[in-house]
Amino acid sequence: MLTSIIWRSLISRRKTVVLTFLSLVVSISVLISVEHIRSQAKESFNRTISGVDLIVGAPSGELNLLLYSIFRMGSPTNNINYDSFTMLKANKSVAWAIPISLGDSHHGFRVMGTNSDYFQYFKYANKKALDLAQGEVFDSPFEAVIGADVAKTLGYKLGDKLVLSHGIGSTSFVHHEQAPFTVSGIIAATGTPVDKTVHVNLAAIEAIHLPPAQLKELVEDPHSHHHPTEKITAVLLGLNNRFATFTLQRHINTYQDDRLMAVLPGVAMTQLWSLMGNIETLLQVIGFLVLLASLFGLATMLLATMNERQKEIAVFRILGASPIFILSLVILEALVISFMALITAFIVVTFLLMGLEGWLTAEYGLFLNQNLFTQDSLNLSLIILGATGVTALVPGIEAYKKALHSQLSG
Amino acid sequence: MTIKDKNPIDPQAQPTPAIELNQVVHSYSKDSPLCFSKWTVEVGQQVFLYGDSGSGKSTLLNLLSGILAPQQGSIKLFGNDITKFSNRRRDRFRAENIGVVFQQFNLIPYLSVAKNIELAVYLAKSPKQKLSEPILQLMAALKLPNSILNTPVASLSVGQQQRVAIMRAFINSPKLLLIDEPTSALDNNAKQGFVTLLLEMCQTHNTSMVFVSHDTSLEPLFSLHTPITAICNAQTTEEVS
Repeated sequence: MLTSIIWRSLISRRKTVVLTFLSLVVSISVLISVEHIRSQAKESFNRTISGVDLIVGAPSGELNLLLYSIFRMGSPTNNINYDSFTMLKANKSVAWAIPISLGDSHHGFRVMGTNSDYFQYFKYANKKALDLAQGEVFDSPFEAVIGADVAKTLGYKLGDKLVLSHGIGSTSFVHHEQAPFTVSGIIAATGTPVDKTVHVNLAAIEAIHLPPAQLKELVEDPHSHHHPTEKITAVLLGLNNRFATFTLQRHINTYQDDRLMAVLPGVAMTQLWSLMGNIETLLQVIGFLVLLASLFGLATMLLATMNERQKEIAVFRILGASPIFILSLVILEALVISFMALITAFIVVTFLLMGLEGWLTAEYGLFLNQNLFTQDSLNLSLIILGATGVTALVPGIEAYKKALHSQLSG
Repeated sequence: MTIKDKNPIDPQAQPTPAIELNQVVHSYSKDSPLCFSKWTVEVGQQVFLYGDSGSGKSTLLNLLSGILAPQQGSIKLFGNDITKFSNRRRDRFRAENIGVVFQQFNLIPYLSVAKNIELAVYLAKSPKQKLSEPILQLMAALKLPNSILNTPVASLSVGQQQRVAIMRAFINSPKLLLIDEPTSALDNNAKQGFVTLLLEMCQTHNTSMVFVSHDTSLEPLFSLHTPITAICNAQTTEEVS
């Protein structure tokens, strides 16, 4: 009975109810998207790299180095000599060293030149190694191992040919058409920038930038020339002993034969996150303020209708409804609006995330889980419903008082 | 219950009266208390209570229905002193025993006629299966078409609304009916018909009724009349008894 009264009552005031509902949908959507992106960003961010002790590259900012070497964002400022890599690899405290070379792309996906050590030593999330879903690691120079998203988006299978483009924009006018690559392996999805990367042999990167005549010979007979790699972009280092990190870092930073800079990924990550942390707090505050404004709107709507409902309250009273019945009627009406807004907001945000997923990943390197129904969002829902209850208390108490003083004569 | 109709001979031999007011005092503000001296209405009696506006008629109805609680005195309805009841019990008592019809606005405007009546049944907590049978009888008695049940209240005429209000007032078979100027929105012909209908229904159901109005043209239809001035005195408590 109570439900049908609430329902009818809301329908009878549908214009104000719909407007209040919409304002709540908007604010709750803002709030849950901010919350979701925040928690997901932190998670996807933290799983990107694991087990790398030092990142070595050309001197620039720590963040810059981290962004281009790990997150595939921004562009490398300068290269380092391949000799420096050999030097690092030979260092006795270094357990493994992975060379990486960036600068080319394929349909907007970054191409990274590396060697087979990458597949052996690179770890993500909780020390998980890369896993090939299909095929195997490149063997000859013109083979490529692609990330899961590359395969999915471009529909590549093993054996497909792909042409790399010069530069890292999603549109490029220089294509390395003489030297197509064959997909030799596809990496299982990791939820990190690896999924968006085309991995090729380090030697191939050097090769496709050769003068056309030499490249042609090389493509025809891969073993005709051996061009030693001269420049690479960065080196990822794993150490035997973590205590050696700072010594080695100092050694690298003061290295005489090349201009090098070593950063600790953990430190750079914290720095990056603290940068984003302010924005995160700001977004959160804005989200809550928007919600607060909508709740005030809800209270205003309910209060404004209280005057016209005075007679209605008198009817309820005369039929034997207690003031508590009337109080709960008002509060439940508010909760119904808020609950429907909450459900709608979840649906809206789910669709929004589906639509924006690609863009968020491409532009900001965010890998979002579309499952909104986490413990956090449940807590948030309870907070919103609780806040609605509290907000409706003011008009509710108003109704209660009116009910106590309601008179027979209309 | 046996009814001794309209012959108050010996108070001792009478069954419990429907209404028994005793030295009731109520004031909205401190300076102007309204005092109601002794007043009795027997079971099955229909009383026409008349008086000018502001003479305390509505206050009396509010007190009788238990929406207002008096500062002093006792109000006994069918032997129950409702001034001693808790608020919750008073609300229950009202839902189960008292039917009320106002001047206007008797129904929840956004509910259908059927829902309005169900609401009264729901709040009186009477079993649901009782509903359909008497409702059809009542509708026939009140000359309301069956199709009206699913109509939203807002699209009914004033006269229909008032008849629906009576139907609702009767649905829980109340022992007491409190009617407050129900005819002010009706034209003269409709008025007479309405009150006659109401009185017939009260007599069939043996319902006690207090009919409040300042419209003396309705007076001849009732056999019992009480001027409000006879029971209410705005100045002193002791004067009338």
